[in-house]
Amino acid sequence: MQAAYIARRFGVFLLIVWLAASLNFFLPRLSGQDPVRTKLLQQAALGGYVQGGIDEMTKEYERRFGLDKPLWRQYLSYLDGVAHLDFNYSIANYPRRVSELIADALPWTLALLGTTTLLSFAIGSFLGALLAWPGAPRWMRWLMPPLWALHAIPFFLLGLILTYLLAFQIPLLPIFGGYSAGAFPALSWRFATDVLQHALLPALSIILVATGGWALGMRGMMVTTMGEDYVTFAEAKGLKAPTVFLRYCLRNAILPQVTALALALGQILSGAVLVEVIFGYPGIGTLLFQAIRENDHFVIQGVVFTVIVALGFTTFVLDVIYPWLDPRISYRRA
Amino acid sequence: MMRGVVRYLRRNPSLALGTVLLAALALFVVIGGMLVDIEDARPLSAPTLRAPSWEYPFGTDRQGRDLLAVMIAGTPLTLRIGFIAGFLGVGIGTVLAFIAAYYRGLLDTVIRGIADIGLTVPGLLVLIIIAVSLKGTLTVNQMAIVVASLAWLYPTRTIRAQVLSLRERGYVEVARLSGMSGPAIIFFELMPNLLPYLAATLVNAVSAAILASIGLEVLGLGPIDAPTLGMTLYWVNFNAAMINGWWWWWLAPTVIILMVFLGLFFLTVGLDEIANPRLRSAA
Repeated sequence: MQAAYIARRFGVFLLIVWLAASLNFFLPRLSGQDPVRTKLLQQAALGGYVQGGIDEMTKEYERRFGLDKPLWRQYLSYLDGVAHLDFNYSIANYPRRVSELIADALPWTLALLGTTTLLSFAIGSFLGALLAWPGAPRWMRWLMPPLWALHAIPFFLLGLILTYLLAFQIPLLPIFGGYSAGAFPALSWRFATDVLQHALLPALSIILVATGGWALGMRGMMVTTMGEDYVTFAEAKGLKAPTVFLRYCLRNAILPQVTALALALGQILSGAVLVEVIFGYPGIGTLLFQAIRENDHFVIQGVVFTVIVALGFTTFVLDVIYPWLDPRISYRRA
Repeated sequence: MMRGVVRYLRRNPSLALGTVLLAALALFVVIGGMLVDIEDARPLSAPTLRAPSWEYPFGTDRQGRDLLAVMIAGTPLTLRIGFIAGFLGVGIGTVLAFIAAYYRGLLDTVIRGIADIGLTVPGLLVLIIIAVSLKGTLTVNQMAIVVASLAWLYPTRTIRAQVLSLRERGYVEVARLSGMSGPAIIFFELMPNLLPYLAATLVNAVSAAILASIGLEVLGLGPIDAPTLGMTLYWVNFNAAMINGWWWWWLAPTVIILMVFLGLFFLTVGLDEIANPRLRSAA
């Protein structure tokens, strides 16, 4: 039963990988011409920021995709390249490979997004649970309207406002980038604090907005859970309030939140891309932004594919953990 | 009638707040359109980089656009993208949801599968691939259609769930037994009961579409020559207006975008309360 459930979920993950790859392959071809090749030649004609090597690149490109071969052969060889995480060269940063650029940027995004998502999920869920709890301090009610309002704002817009307040008006925090210009990336205490300082504003703009969303969802679930008979029974039995709160209410109310987390990851990521752009934070979002500016098709495709696959994998992991969190699900068909 | 509306709005403050915010924006656009020449939203129609003054209340940008005119011209454009994409999304979503939930079977499995998988994928990135694949820069209407290409996923999923619970109700059963055809049941029995819910979904979809369009625009994939709110933010970012201290350049679009999102959000909350009165006890 367990193996079948996991296998089915993994099948969905593979389907996502295949769809993402096919999307990357077919969409540019739908517009009638091959924009990748056109752009390559355009860049070559313009000179500009292409530092040479365009001939090798065009040759490499034609050889790799076998443009004279039938479409299905091209498609298969493309899938083969993708399976080896090979996304060809970057057009703007030749001779660097797309996979190298992504490998450089990915840790930044993972760190920023992982920390902020976990923090906002934890804080938001706990806050939301308290907001629904009758025994919570009264002042907490005043938190609701700001949480609601924050929840409706896009991450990057709050980022803009925070930048102005905390970096420009009161120069508390650095305004731009992932680390100070001239700082040498190394495993030292100074570099670490520098990075942390730079990450604080982007992180704050994600956490503040996302916390509101989780708090609202959790509050709704808590209200439903507190109406259940077993909660009344637990109270009647004379259990201490914290026990009822933590083990009877919170434990049950948090489960749908985990499902919501799997669904929200895509949205969180879309928002984080823009936050990175606003702050010039050296992650996937900024890489993507530069690639769009420079018409660097291979980088755009590589980033989009990598992110979709990474998110698909996270969803898969969450799906597998979920029955373990909620024994009522028990790996059966929904 | 009027008094009834006021009384209801007092009971449903979210709806009132949302309506007021959006009405304020509408007034700004309509009255502004009469007082200000929208042609000044084009570059080179004003001196560059002026801070707000009597002559240019919102200031001017580096390319010499009068930002007041930009806001008056751009707000409706951004809303238009949102409404076209939102309507298309909810329209397509409703049709698919009814087909899936009412007829069930293989179609249901396929439609639900696509919606479920599509929702786990980061929408903005797929939209980027679509936008990049199209030839040349987009117009405002093309932009709306690009955004609409994913806007139906969420409505399909949620409306389907609603129809699934509705179709088991007694009155639907009665209609079916009295020989009403499938489409007739959908139109005359299910649809009217879902209208408040559809309205809330629509507002939600419009908001999501505006967010997606602004995202694409900030990344530089928007209609380059249209003065939409997102494109204004793109130029803000492009010219590093924040670091250079040109605060008025980003302040106006930020405030208006805030009003749009907050207005739409409170409108959804208010509509939700109409669609789902059980929420009242929880609030």
